[in-house]
Amino acid sequence: MTSAILPSHGAPPSEEPAPDSGAEERPLGRRIGWRSPPNKLLSIVVVILGWQAIGLVNSRMHFYNPRLFPAPADIIQAAWALGQSGVLWIDILVSTWRVLEGVLFAAPVGIALGMAVGRIRWFEDSVEPIIELLRPIPPLALLPMIILWFGIGEASKVFFIAYSCFFVFFTTVVVGVRNIDSVLLRAGQSLGLSWLQQQRFIIVQAVLPDIMLGLRLSLSVGFLVIVAAEFIAADTGLGYLINYSRTWFRVADMLVGAICIGLLGVASNYTLVALERRMFQWRAAAQ
Amino acid sequence: MPKEPKLSFEHVSKAYPSRRGEARRLAVEDVTLNIEEGHFVCLLGPSGCGKSTLLNMAAGFILPTSGRILVDAKEIAGPGIDRGVVFQEYALFPWYTALQNVELGPRAKGMPAAARRALAERYLAMVGLTDHIHKYPRELSGGMKQRAAIARTLANEPRIMLMDEPFGALDAQTREGLQDQLLDIWSATRTTIVFVTHSINEAVLLSDEVAILAAHPGRLIHTVRNRLPRPRSRTSADVVELEREIYDQRYLAESRRAAE
Repeated sequence: MTSAILPSHGAPPSEEPAPDSGAEERPLGRRIGWRSPPNKLLSIVVVILGWQAIGLVNSRMHFYNPRLFPAPADIIQAAWALGQSGVLWIDILVSTWRVLEGVLFAAPVGIALGMAVGRIRWFEDSVEPIIELLRPIPPLALLPMIILWFGIGEASKVFFIAYSCFFVFFTTVVVGVRNIDSVLLRAGQSLGLSWLQQQRFIIVQAVLPDIMLGLRLSLSVGFLVIVAAEFIAADTGLGYLINYSRTWFRVADMLVGAICIGLLGVASNYTLVALERRMFQWRAAAQ
Repeated sequence: MPKEPKLSFEHVSKAYPSRRGEARRLAVEDVTLNIEEGHFVCLLGPSGCGKSTLLNMAAGFILPTSGRILVDAKEIAGPGIDRGVVFQEYALFPWYTALQNVELGPRAKGMPAAARRALAERYLAMVGLTDHIHKYPRELSGGMKQRAAIARTLANEPRIMLMDEPFGALDAQTREGLQDQLLDIWSATRTTIVFVTHSINEAVLLSDEVAILAAHPGRLIHTVRNRLPRPRSRTSADVVELEREIYDQRYLAESRRAAE
């Protein structure tokens, strides 16, 4: 998972499978008989078909209770039903919206504090120790308290996500600011850039890739933690769907909820990776 | 009447705080040096002689521990656009194209877009980068990066160019090409240039004056006026002769130091 989320930084240029590159220069005696690289989509299809096959065999032989481990076709059926009734779409929208709200609140605070701590000694000495003390505490451990503070309405869930994502923005921005080559700042000074111009033309430009990385990571953190918040205190959302279905032994519905969260995570990650490629052409294929 | 120096170091020393209570480490000890307007002066010395420290103090990036640095008889207070700096590591902004890098100085001054674009294109043409103005630094070779960086410094039209081993990271052939190009630029603009190098040959080839520095502590041991006619050939007898002279002086200074 980390490798899917973290690339862009020092990723080698040839991450995309180069079409047919292996055809002529394939070293002798290696990978004979295999198309290289293997088709990623194909392996997913194979797993799903295998799972369905096990389900089909089980429906005749009854190794296990199919209600507890439904086959892909049952899950698709459940998803169709949930989609038809409209519940699924509402849950997806509600969960996504909560994550976006939380990230939106976390971003300015995390970025501003990260820049201040990375650039200003006073902030580094006074603010960073406190944040480093809070950071190792799993946000989930604070969730019951947050619910006591903010009640079981939207506020508690948005605050919880914002709190979890704050650390992601903060950490990526602090690292980004600290990694700015000091010779670039000197160059800016001797070119006559004012303090404000240095922030605009150097600091922000240099940290922008880290901010985008922070955004991407905090979206995946957001989808990771939203479920727990919706388990405890919600009457909508994908987490609620999962937890509610448990009461009725509807494992297929639970899996629909889980798969939707996974797909949302994948979609946001891919969208942002594509956006970053467009935004930061100056660093593409570096090294 | 002697002309007032463009840039002068007056009894400049720089000490860095020591580790574990040893005596403070002197990077530069009592350097006095006057640089005339329009001159090309090389600071020549081994590593640890404080030549880059001197340049960084002249640029205003660091403050001397004692002594003063004056430009036009006025003590400097921090970096300024009257002194353009060229760094060994190029220091181009990687998120800007060559053109945007060169435009940045004029842009910071508030020059209108069309004017600064024309200015930047003129200086990029001067360093022979007309075909590469829209490339990002990562797409440029080392020599092209340094030419872009020189163009960026020139576009601010500084009165003094401070160059910190600008060709130190380049291969020999590229370095020679850039040396010739720099001399062309210098004769066209007549900017005062202070050029840090550890290569005696480079110093003799480029400069009007060579300030010879020694290390530990960094100090000025001698200045040599270089009146060899230009253009100079890298292998001509008089160039080699002056190189030997400088070499001997450095050698003498070191052995005198060792005997003490």
